[in-house]
Amino acid sequence: MNRTYELMFIVRPDMTEEDQDKLISTLESAVASSSGNAKSVEKMGKRRLAYAVRGFREGIYVLLTVEGGGGLIHELERRLRVTEPVIKFLTVRIDEEQKRLDKIKKIRESRRKTAPAPAETGGETAAVTA
Amino acid sequence: MADETRPATSPAEGTSGGERPDRPERRPPRPGGPAGPGGREGGRKYFRRKKVCKFCVEKIEAINYKDVRLLAQFVAESGKIVPRRLTGVCTPHQRRLSTAIKRARNIALLPFAGRAS
Repeated sequence: MNRTYELMFIVRPDMTEEDQDKLISTLESAVASSSGNAKSVEKMGKRRLAYAVRGFREGIYVLLTVEGGGGLIHELERRLRVTEPVIKFLTVRIDEEQKRLDKIKKIRESRRKTAPAPAETGGETAAVTA
Repeated sequence: MADETRPATSPAEGTSGGERPDRPERRPPRPGGPAGPGGREGGRKYFRRKKVCKFCVEKIEAINYKDVRLLAQFVAESGKIVPRRLTGVCTPHQRRLSTAIKRARNIALLPFAGRAS
């Protein structure tokens, strides 16, 4: 039962680079201890928030992609809630969506291979966009 | 001579009459036009283009909550999600779009109300 999740969280804008790295590494170790797999970490940098969160108008966005079960997510969310500099977080399950996209991609590719007939429809769509 | 010119002109007229795009140019005051199912007869003066789903046309399958630029096109200035009847987005895509917008709101990428300040 391996699922892929995306955790996006916002930390205070005045958090130092070191502290961010420390926080991320603790989260990663938590993932590892729950027999999960941290696939990628992306610091999206400072961004203006669309509305004020805890008095902050901007924040540093971090995106963490993990593989694991629901228990792992429960633990990670608990940690994020407890960690003081984290002002907001969102977890989204992405494996099912990814599966759907792969399926569509596969269908499209197989269509392209079997019949180059979509030249007609391609011309039509080009006409629409033009 | 007369017999030769006549067949030459009449097919040309037939093709120009048969071609749809020529019509609105000749008669511009006709509202709605041939491709305007939404346009009401006689009521409106502007030509209404048929709306198409942006996601179907451009084959955008992934509607991600992180793609603020894409989502912002379907959010009114007040912060509301623009209804399908105004944007022309098809039902399956509107469903995904609204989910993505709601997620983006939750993580402060898009505002719940008002403009993103």
